[in-house]
Amino acid sequence: MADQATFVDATTPLMDGLFGAAMRLTRNQADAEDLLQETYLRAYRGYGRFEEGTNLRAWLYRILTNTFINMYRAKQRRPGETDLADVEDLYLYRRLGGLEASQRGRSAEDELMDLVTDSEVKAAIEALPEQFRMAVLLADIEGFSYKEIAEILDVPIGTVMSRLHRGRKALQKSLHDFAATRGLLPGPVEPDPDPVASGPVK
Amino acid sequence: MTDDLTDDHTCDDALNELYQFIDGELDDDGRARIESHLNNCSPCLEAFDFEADLRKVVAQRCQERVPDELRQRILDALEGSEPDPA
Repeated sequence: MADQATFVDATTPLMDGLFGAAMRLTRNQADAEDLLQETYLRAYRGYGRFEEGTNLRAWLYRILTNTFINMYRAKQRRPGETDLADVEDLYLYRRLGGLEASQRGRSAEDELMDLVTDSEVKAAIEALPEQFRMAVLLADIEGFSYKEIAEILDVPIGTVMSRLHRGRKALQKSLHDFAATRGLLPGPVEPDPDPVASGPVK
Repeated sequence: MTDDLTDDHTCDDALNELYQFIDGELDDDGRARIESHLNNCSPCLEAFDFEADLRKVVAQRCQERVPDELRQRILDALEGSEPDPA
């Protein structure tokens, strides 16, 4: 049995990650703060049932996602069963891979960092239907394994893989559309003509 | 270039396992199969690198920090809370 006194020491280092997940799930700071606090309270009260030596991080994310579903899904009429449009594999790569990146000797990572902003990545994740969003968050931001995600969300591993596959494709489409909207990529959307982009004067 | 190692492993096979490879979900044999394909196929290597880099960028762009005031509020709430009886 886990010792209550060690709870704060063991869980405090995980708070930033849990807060990030809470932000993406609730999509606003006030709700994310409530969700994080409620998650910690539930985890603290139940810590005696946590088996020491097992996966504390996965256990906390399970409490977070369950708490989210309990607190917020009740408010929704439809529980995020929205379907995703079918997007081709490697959507983003096929549109900008091999672009100038390799010629200019820059890594795809550098190119992508220029292409998308923090707020765009966050918005693209938040735009995913709930069940896809949870899977993508847990895998791509939090780095959980398929097996851990299956346990956190209480679904079979095959379901995790299919949600990840489709969620990631939809995420790539959103990121592409954001970049196209800003005129950084050729796309169907007209670039925003707003030139007010000069940096702040120090 | 022909390479016996890659004869039975096509680009489609490799791309089908792209995410499992990047996610670290393949066993040793599966990983070795992909690595050998990537050693011999630069277009696939580029696609795999792109996806792995995209993953890093998405994760980096999504970091959050708990506001100090919230951290304190949670610690205070825990102090005033009772654990469930064992």
